[in-house]
Amino acid sequence: MKLSIGPIQYFWERQQVLCFYQQVADSPAEIIYLGEVICSKRRLVKTKDWIAIGEELRQSGKEVILSSLTLLEAASETGALKKLCNNEDFMVEANDISAVQLLSAAGKAFVTGPSVNIYNQHSLRLLAAKGLKRWVLPVELGLKTLADMQAARPAGIETEVFALGRLPLAYSARCYTARSHNLPKDNCQFKCLDYPDGRMLKTRENQEFLILNGTQTQSALTHQVLEKLPELAKLGVDVLRISPQSSNTLEIIEIFDSARKAPEIKPTGDELLKLLPAGACNGYLVGKAGLDYEVNPAA
Amino acid sequence: MELVCPAGNLPSLKAAIDNGADAVYVGFKDDTNARHFTGLNFTEHSFEKAIDYAHEKGRKVFVAINTFPQPSGFKRWKAAVDRAAEFGVDALILADIGVLDYAREHWPEMRLHLSVQASVTSAEGIGFYHQNFGIRRVVLPRVLSVRQVAHVISQSPVPVEVFGFGSLCVMVEGRCLLSSYVTGRSPNTYGACSPASHVRWEETEGGTNTRLNNVLIDHYAEGEKAGYPTLCKGRFQVGENTFYAIEEPTSLNTLSLLPELRDIGVSAIKVEGRQRSPAYAAQVTAVMRAAIDDCLLNTESYQPKAQWMQELAEVSEGSQTTLGAYHRPWQ
Repeated sequence: MKLSIGPIQYFWERQQVLCFYQQVADSPAEIIYLGEVICSKRRLVKTKDWIAIGEELRQSGKEVILSSLTLLEAASETGALKKLCNNEDFMVEANDISAVQLLSAAGKAFVTGPSVNIYNQHSLRLLAAKGLKRWVLPVELGLKTLADMQAARPAGIETEVFALGRLPLAYSARCYTARSHNLPKDNCQFKCLDYPDGRMLKTRENQEFLILNGTQTQSALTHQVLEKLPELAKLGVDVLRISPQSSNTLEIIEIFDSARKAPEIKPTGDELLKLLPAGACNGYLVGKAGLDYEVNPAA
Repeated sequence: MELVCPAGNLPSLKAAIDNGADAVYVGFKDDTNARHFTGLNFTEHSFEKAIDYAHEKGRKVFVAINTFPQPSGFKRWKAAVDRAAEFGVDALILADIGVLDYAREHWPEMRLHLSVQASVTSAEGIGFYHQNFGIRRVVLPRVLSVRQVAHVISQSPVPVEVFGFGSLCVMVEGRCLLSSYVTGRSPNTYGACSPASHVRWEETEGGTNTRLNNVLIDHYAEGEKAGYPTLCKGRFQVGENTFYAIEEPTSLNTLSLLPELRDIGVSAIKVEGRQRSPAYAAQVTAVMRAAIDDCLLNTESYQPKAQWMQELAEVSEGSQTTLGAYHRPWQ
């Protein structure tokens, strides 16, 4: 199985982004997804910068994919998407069906991210005919459906699983980070910069529940599939995606790298747990609530 | 502008039609539709009666088959498409690419509408479904401002339907997993958000707690009216504040926007609420009918009447209404 690094979900300072990808260049991850996928107002790193970062990573031997915005609202965002889909340098990860349409019309191969709803073999087959090369299993689907999909997947299609990260759960027109500061979206003052792993939302019993990341809502717990690597390998999963967090991402990649290289050792999540911003979860994998966590989940 | 109203059962369907709905939308009694609630929706028997009633009055029936089947259940979605088509419905409201493909192939004459659950917000996205499945209408998610809706309509290959009234989803539909994160069941996989099976009302010394699969969604002090724990409409702590961090319990109400929606070329107005009572169907349909007729007749002088606003507030969540994402400051 290959390792990928998903697009950065958060709004980081430019220097932090550049520094992150310099480090990633020497990591064991084979595939790097680049670009802003949440909010078109986050422009500290511009498209030409992403392409420059991509070229450097490619020189380090990485496969580079440019990721598209997940929720399109303004006409200017569709315009930017068209430019992205027309780029001649890199393959694109479509995070919305609009990108699928633009890429397939241009005859370009593409990847679909976790927010493109491929829930069954018929959807997979149809998109494969449109140029799909790799798809990411939607995060709420479990091992049982993954097995059924793998059994029916068209030849040449790669399957990627969201292997570690706070779960992308929802997208909205409203900016919740701005709202939490009593600001409208149009005057957000770029508050997201203050929360490099998103802003914590707790229940009134202090349970760490959700993460506000601008217009995106994530799980507070970090979904992780480490204990299930042997099963994912058996199902023929091609790529494991690590979603970047503001610290410890490289250590996490090392853990997954060791685990995939030593299938005879049963992996445990103990070491991983110390590297996460809050707790862990894996319920989706076993057909339960996403926030559940079983240390040795049964299939 | 066509008025499209919800019906969770035969009495609601009759109420909507008798009060002026141009079309009603319904679902079957299973997880093939996004209002999969106990005691709701249509059996074959009631479905046949529903279609007869609507067609006798010259109105249309649309069937929502708008959840996302996984391989093990796919045949249930096929059966739903076949059943609806065999009964002669006027349109299917679909979301999943696999289901759209099946309907297109097996019922090529059937009119297909793209459900809000397909989560499409751009003309390019609409184009995908138009080219591949010949959809003839799209229902837009509740995430666009009026200006953005106008832009989509100007570029769209098919007519556009928008939500005009009802409970407000604040997340883009079809890509919201909050409910399955907490309960294992989402609109996509199960056809319900914050399902009643996982709700617990807990009386405590200080008032009432509402829980969803044990997660505290809200706490109500003594005397405060407790609401259903829809998980995006609870009170949570962010930083030092406890507040409705995502959205208040409120309903969308577009009466004041109808002239704008008319002028930008909206083809149909949808009312949310298949889970609501026949009285709701009757009241909301009657108000929306009167408002749309007034808006189309009095193109310059239309004003929402105070009585309409009051009648809609009475059946709104938390008795409050909002313009939602149509109105930029809400965002």
